[in-house]
Amino acid sequence: MLPLKEKDKPIIQKLLAAGCCARCILRFCCVNLPSAYRQPLQVTLTEIQDFILGAEDEKVQDPATAVSTEENNSQNAAEDPPSKRVKLDPADPSDGSAAAAVIRSNPGESQVCVACLGILQELCGTQQAVKIAETVKAQNYEFDSLVLSISLPAQLCVREHSCWLHVKKEVREKGLALDKDDVIQVKEAFKWIMQSLVAKELGGGVAVVSKSGFEVGVEFTHPETDSDCHFLAKVCPDCFKPTKNKQSVFTRMAVVKALEKISDDKFLKQYPCPPARPASSCVPQDVQCLHVSVFIAGRYNKFCRSLPQTPWLIDGERRMESSVEELIAAPVLTAFRADGFNFSSSGREDVDVRTLGNGRPFAMELQNPHKSRLSKLQMKELQETINKSSDKIRVRDLQIVTREAMGRMKEGEEEKTKSYTALVWTLKPIQKEDISFIDDIKDLTLDQKTPLRVLHRRALAVRQRVIHTMNARYVDAHHFYLALKTQAGTYIKEFVHGDFGRTKPNLCELLKTDTDILELDVESVDVDWPPAIPE
Amino acid sequence: MDCETQKDAELEAPSIIDRYYTRWYRTDLKGQLCEDHCILQHSNRLCVVTLAETHPVLQNGRTIKSIDYQISNGCSRLNNKVSGKSKRGGQFLTDFAPLCRITFIFYCFCNLKAAFSCIRGRLLEVNENILERPNLLLEKPSTEGYIAVILPKFEESKSVTENLLSRKEFEIVVSKRDQPQAS
Repeated sequence: MLPLKEKDKPIIQKLLAAGCCARCILRFCCVNLPSAYRQPLQVTLTEIQDFILGAEDEKVQDPATAVSTEENNSQNAAEDPPSKRVKLDPADPSDGSAAAAVIRSNPGESQVCVACLGILQELCGTQQAVKIAETVKAQNYEFDSLVLSISLPAQLCVREHSCWLHVKKEVREKGLALDKDDVIQVKEAFKWIMQSLVAKELGGGVAVVSKSGFEVGVEFTHPETDSDCHFLAKVCPDCFKPTKNKQSVFTRMAVVKALEKISDDKFLKQYPCPPARPASSCVPQDVQCLHVSVFIAGRYNKFCRSLPQTPWLIDGERRMESSVEELIAAPVLTAFRADGFNFSSSGREDVDVRTLGNGRPFAMELQNPHKSRLSKLQMKELQETINKSSDKIRVRDLQIVTREAMGRMKEGEEEKTKSYTALVWTLKPIQKEDISFIDDIKDLTLDQKTPLRVLHRRALAVRQRVIHTMNARYVDAHHFYLALKTQAGTYIKEFVHGDFGRTKPNLCELLKTDTDILELDVESVDVDWPPAIPE
Repeated sequence: MDCETQKDAELEAPSIIDRYYTRWYRTDLKGQLCEDHCILQHSNRLCVVTLAETHPVLQNGRTIKSIDYQISNGCSRLNNKVSGKSKRGGQFLTDFAPLCRITFIFYCFCNLKAAFSCIRGRLLEVNENILERPNLLLEKPSTEGYIAVILPKFEESKSVTENLLSRKEFEIVVSKRDQPQAS
């Protein structure tokens, strides 16, 4: 039994005559009962009709409608199948009996609903659920829950508004109130019906819920009525700003905003109330599956002096083979069956610089992973796979982390200290004693102009950076190793060779000779994240 | 002995300039004999303007009196300000835009020469170190004594050196100067 009330009758009659399907009628009657929508459409329609015709019986006592009473009596009394009934003019909505006659005479005729454009009619049954389930299964995701995300054409809002105004008029005349917010949304009704159907088709304990990392997107379009929205652009032009990226300016959000602003009178002048009957139903688009990103983190070592961190391409041509991120990403993408990735790390080193010690923290966002959970053992095995795949890099502490973790890693980039070893060449021949003073220098502040080698892509500025400690290890008359512990963001190479005098002070000034840097190694990146994983 | 080891040391390690920059030359600027400039073009397309070793200012016996970036009543290269990654606001220079005026003394005579841009592009910075220490220009003309840094337009990065001479071509021009003129 449908929870319909006396006050719903005028609404039902108006909407039936306007061409709404039974489920949309329930929505406008604010029926908040999912089971009412789940029963077959025809059953719902019949129950609504019975409910209305119950009203017709009452009208028998009203002398003002004596003429229609006769017709009703004859209709109710007869046992003839409905299709043989006389077809009355459906264009007269004010006469309740005419509406009843309409539905009696056209019960099986499938007319596309003017409000939902077929979405709550043919497009939300078992057939649809089977299609969705098959697509999901074919794409082979690992999941135990999913959320259905529905995308409806924007003109549905316009039609909904039109239907609401249609009954609002009628309802107010009878002294009743109908709040637009109480009307059940098409999306909600659709989900009430489809969630359990899809869950059934998928089987295996899959829960179709309201929040999940796995999203199954169902989209409907209705090209026939796309122009329904266009009049809004003339009335509320400020709601519709043309953007470069979007194909259509009539997004759902923009349409909703415009409908909130437009006055009832203006709307009724521009758009039919009730809406015009469509010739076709909505068209369902391909089902899109999307799993929320998974984040992994670790630390990497780079042992090669000819490996960039990210792919090096100029004019689309690869300048150097492979990269740190590609070497790490390849096995990871395979293990998680992800579509793509975003790699980021706590700072970077140049192509010709090695990263030694504990390595540099990095994190990766894996996009649309078809597999999202790996055990600690599986992560260890994945780490092994990466390490075996190349001797140029090494990964440690590989683990799954949360999205927030990415922020922690970036904080290391700006705040934490780093340690380096540089092989320095001097023009002037040196003795051990000449470089011993370097060990005593503490907290040397440098003024570094943006190095020329990066000036083409960075703003011109002067940065103050601190070298906390240094240590010099003599090699021969023209070489020594310089160990440094510096503030994050210090340009080591420029400190050594001076960068045309644009880094001051620099090693040339300190040693009173031209110096150059032959090799640089990162010894440590002093960030205590991600948490170490014992081998 | 020290000189020898120094020279060996120089040969052993290619300098920063040789590793990252290509040398381009423009000779006899504005028709003035030997007023040669050397443009150091970085692999990232940035250009550093320097005086070539053949320039009169750098020859023996010169001392720099002053360097002035005020090249006209209304324009001082010191006022050049760039902002942001795209270096907005930088003065756009053409080939013969003057960068600075160099006043130097040679045998008690005061001389004035100008340094020029030599290439088209946006001026990023001029070397303020040579204002404070003009002799830097004489001591290290190719590095700390540079004049200015210019960023050519992206589309012109390759073509900007079309009017310039390579190191080899420059050496040929210089050697022709030293040869006595054919009678």
